[in-house]
Amino acid sequence: MTPRPSRWLVRAGAVAALAGAVAAPWLVDPYTTSLLARTLVLGLVGVSVAILTGVAGLPTLGQTGPFAAGAYAGALVGLHVCPIGLVQVVTGAAAGALFAALTVPLVVHARGVVVLMITLAVGELTVTAASRWRSVTGGSDGLAGMPAVRPVWGMGVLDSDRERYLYTLVVVAALLAVVLIVLRTPAGLLLRACRDDEARMRASGHRVTGYLAAAVVATGALAGVAGALLVSVQQYVSPADFGFEVSALLLLGAVIGGVASVGGAIAGTALVIAVRDWLSGMLPGHAPLLLGGLFVVTAYLFPRGVVSFSAGAVALLRGGSRPGSARRVPDRSGADPAPGAPVPARVGPRGSGVGT
Amino acid sequence: MTGSASTRVGPATSGAPALLTATALTRRYGSLTAVAGVDLRVAAGERHALIGPNGAGKTTLLDLVGGAVRADGGRIDYAGRDVTRLGPVRRARLGIARTHQRPAVWSSLTARENVEVAAWRQAGGLRGVRTPGRFRSRLREPALALLDRVGLADVAARTAAHLSHGQRRQLEIAMALAGRPRLLLLDEPAAGLSGAEVQRLVTLLATLSREVAVLLVEHRLDLVYALCDTVTVLRDGRLVASGTPAEIRHSPAVRRAYAEAVR
Amino acid sequence: MTTRAAPLTDAIDPYLIPALDGVAYGLLLFVAASGLVLCFGVANILNLAHGALYAVGAYTVAVLADASWGSLALALVVGVAAGAGAGGVLAGLLAPVVRRDHLTQALLTFGVALVGSALLVAAFGPDSLPVRIPAALDGTVEVAGHRYPAYRLGFIAVAGLIAVALTLVVARTRVGMLVRATVDDADMVACLGVNPARVRLGVLVAAGALAGVAGVLGAPIIGPAPTTADTVLMLGLVVVVLGGLDSVRNTLLAALAVGEIQTLGVALTPAVAPFLLFTAMAAVLAVRSRGVPAWWRFRPRWGGTT
Repeated sequence: MTPRPSRWLVRAGAVAALAGAVAAPWLVDPYTTSLLARTLVLGLVGVSVAILTGVAGLPTLGQTGPFAAGAYAGALVGLHVCPIGLVQVVTGAAAGALFAALTVPLVVHARGVVVLMITLAVGELTVTAASRWRSVTGGSDGLAGMPAVRPVWGMGVLDSDRERYLYTLVVVAALLAVVLIVLRTPAGLLLRACRDDEARMRASGHRVTGYLAAAVVATGALAGVAGALLVSVQQYVSPADFGFEVSALLLLGAVIGGVASVGGAIAGTALVIAVRDWLSGMLPGHAPLLLGGLFVVTAYLFPRGVVSFSAGAVALLRGGSRPGSARRVPDRSGADPAPGAPVPARVGPRGSGVGT
Repeated sequence: MTGSASTRVGPATSGAPALLTATALTRRYGSLTAVAGVDLRVAAGERHALIGPNGAGKTTLLDLVGGAVRADGGRIDYAGRDVTRLGPVRRARLGIARTHQRPAVWSSLTARENVEVAAWRQAGGLRGVRTPGRFRSRLREPALALLDRVGLADVAARTAAHLSHGQRRQLEIAMALAGRPRLLLLDEPAAGLSGAEVQRLVTLLATLSREVAVLLVEHRLDLVYALCDTVTVLRDGRLVASGTPAEIRHSPAVRRAYAEAVR
Repeated sequence: MTTRAAPLTDAIDPYLIPALDGVAYGLLLFVAASGLVLCFGVANILNLAHGALYAVGAYTVAVLADASWGSLALALVVGVAAGAGAGGVLAGLLAPVVRRDHLTQALLTFGVALVGSALLVAAFGPDSLPVRIPAALDGTVEVAGHRYPAYRLGFIAVAGLIAVALTLVVARTRVGMLVRATVDDADMVACLGVNPARVRLGVLVAAGALAGVAGVLGAPIIGPAPTTADTVLMLGLVVVVLGGLDSVRNTLLAALAVGEIQTLGVALTPAVAPFLLFTAMAAVLAVRSRGVPAWWRFRPRWGGTT
C-alpha cells in the first residue's frame, strides 16, 4: 500500500504551519510580510492548478486567465464601486468562474499535453488582451490607486502590510478548508475516478465532460478569488502579474509540492516563489539559474512522474475520511503486479486474448 | 435475421423476447474488418456466449454493443429502441454494463469506492446520495454486499492498484453488477483466475438473477457449455454458427473454424 | 517585377515589404520548428529547451562573426556543432526520465532551458547583442521600388534550400523513411529492432543542429537577447500545433502562416494580429481533440488515460 504518514503527524504539521503563518507578520519586516501575502495568493492559484492537474487530470498553464479576470474585476470594483473586500472577492470569484466557463469547450475534450498547449494559448491570449484593452485594464501600465480594502462593512481599512497579510491569510485558509472538504465528498471521488479511467466512467454511465467542466469552473472561481486578493495585497495590477513565467512557475510549483496534498501544492508554490523572490535577492540575477536547477532536480526526484504525485496526494487526502483505511490487509496473492507497472493498452483493434 | 454465410443451427431461446438485436453489424479498423455483418440476438435473461479463435472479433463485438466503439454499418436494437447512435454513457444508463479483458478499474480508488462510483447513477446521482445517511444506505452497504458476493469483502479498503489481477477482474464484475444492468457484457471473465476464483465466478453467474441477460466472451469451453443457453461462434469477424451448447459442440462448421485457425 | 496596373500596385504596395518579411520570418520559424517536430513526432519528447538551443546559435554568430564571410562560415560550423552537442547533452539528461510522462519531460527541459538562458545571460550580459554580417549582405537591394535588406533576401534563399533539403531527406532517404514510420507508429518501429536510445540521441542531435543553423542564420532577424529562447520556443510550439506532425509541407505552411501573421498581420490589422496566433492555436487544438483519433498520434502517456 502507499506509505502514508500517520494522521496526527499531518495534522500537527498543518497546525504548526498555520500557527507559523499567523505569527509570521510579527516576526519579519513589512516587505517580507507583503511578499508572504503575495505567496499566499499565488499558493491559492497553485492549489487550483494542482486540483486540475492532479485530481482532474487536466494539466494547465492557463490558470493565469481566471486569475487575471478576478484581479481586474476586483481592481475595477475597488476603483469604481466599493472598497469592501468581501464584494471584491465575490466579484473576483464570479469573474474567474465566468472566464473558466468560457474556456470549458476548449479544454474538456482534450487530454494531457494537448490541454497544456491549449491552456498555454489561453494564458497568452489573456496577457495580450490585458495589455491591449487599455480602457479597462490600463494596458501594460496596469491599474493602480485603488483605495485600501475593508474586509466587510463596518470594519476598518487595512492600511498596513500586516493587516493585509492577515486578511489574505483568513480568506485563503477559509477557501482551502472548503477545497479540502469538497475533495473529501463524493465529488472528489468522482473526479479522481475520471482521472484514473475515463472510459470506465462512461461505461458506468457517468458524464465525464460534465464533471470536468464543473472542476474547471470551480477552480476558475478559486483563481478569481486569488486575483481579487492580489489586488488587495499589492494595490496594483498589471499584465506582468500573469505572464507565461507565472503560469509555468505555478504548474511546476504544484508538481513539486503535489506529493504532499493540497497543502503540498501551497508549499511547492511557496518554494518556487521563495526561490524566485528571496533567494534571488541574496544572489542577484541568478533566479532563473536556481529555478532551472530546482526543476531539473524535481524531474529526477519523482520516480513515476506526475501520476505518482497525484496518487500520493489522493492517499493523503483520504487519510482522514476513511476510518479503517489504515488497517493493513495481508497480501494474499503473490502475483500482485507492481503498482504503476506499465500495462498494455486495453483497447485494441483486435482481441488479444489467448486461445484455447 | 439469419447470418448470410453462416450455419444457423437454431436459436435456443427463441421464445423469450429479444433484449438485444444486432443486425448486419460491421466495424473496420483501416483495412481490417474486425466485425463483418454479424447478426446477433440476445433474449431477456439469456446466457449467451461468444466463442471463436483469436482475432475473431469477439471483443470488438462487445465494444460495439457497449458503445465503446461506433459501428461502421448495421444497427443495434436494445430493449425496443435503436441504440446504434448512442454513446457509452447513454447505453450504460439504459442498463448495459460490461467488463474488460484487462480489468478496467479506478486504480487510485479503493475496491469499495470503485463499486460505489459504479453504482452512482443507479443510486440517483449526486442528488440521490447527498446526505451521509443516504450515501451509506444506497451506496456503501450495497457495495459491501456486492464485494462480499464476489469474494472481495476482506480487501474492500484496499486501493485497486494493489489488488491482484484476479481480484481486479472480480472487482470489475462487482462494478458491472452495481449498476443493476439488464445486459451484462463479460469479456473473458475467467482468464487469469485461480481455480477457487473460477469456482466462485461460476457460482455467481449461475445464481445471477434471470432478469439479467449475459453476453460473454470466454475461451474456456467447459464454462461456456456449463453456463450458457446459447453459443455463437465467430471467425474472422463473421458469424459461423449459433445454437445450443449441444448443437455447437457437434457442429462440423465449428470444428472446421477452430481447426483452420489453429493450423 | 513592377509592370502592373497602377491602382493594384498602390493597394498592394504598402504590404509588399511586410509580406516579404513574413516569408523570411516564416522560413526562420520553419527551420527552428522542424527540430521541435522531430523531437515530438519521432522521439515523443516535448523539448522546451529548443528555444535555448536556438539562442546558443544566435549568440555564437554574435560573438564570432566580424563582417567577413570566413567568420560567418566559422560561426555556422561552431553554432551547428554547439547546437548538436547541446542536443546530445539533452538526450543524456532525458535518458533517465524518457519512460515517463510528458509533464516530467517538460519539467526537465524547461529547467534546462532556464539554466541555459541564465548561463547565456551571465556570459554575454542582459542586453541584446548586435550581429555583424558580411559587408556584401549588409546593404539593401531594390525590390519592387523598395529598399530591402540584402541579408533577408539571402536568408530566404538559403532557408528555402534547407526546406527543400529537409523535404528530400524525409521523402527519399532511409533515415527519412524511418522518421515517417516512427511518426506513424512508434511501437511498430520499435518492434523492428531499432534501438530507441539511439533514435532519441540522433533525433535530439539533429534537432539541436537545426536549432543551431536557425540561430546562426536567423540572428539578424530574431537576434540574441535574454528573451530569444522564449520567443522562438513559443512561436515554434504554435507552428508545431498548427502544422501537426505528419508532413514537412504542413510544417512549412504553418511556419509561413505564423510568419505572415507576425509581420503582414500586424501591418494589416494591428488591433487583431496579437490575438491571431494563439487563437488559431487554441482553436485548432480544441477542434482536433474532439474525437479525431489521428490526433492521438501524439500519444500522451498520462492524464486520465493509461
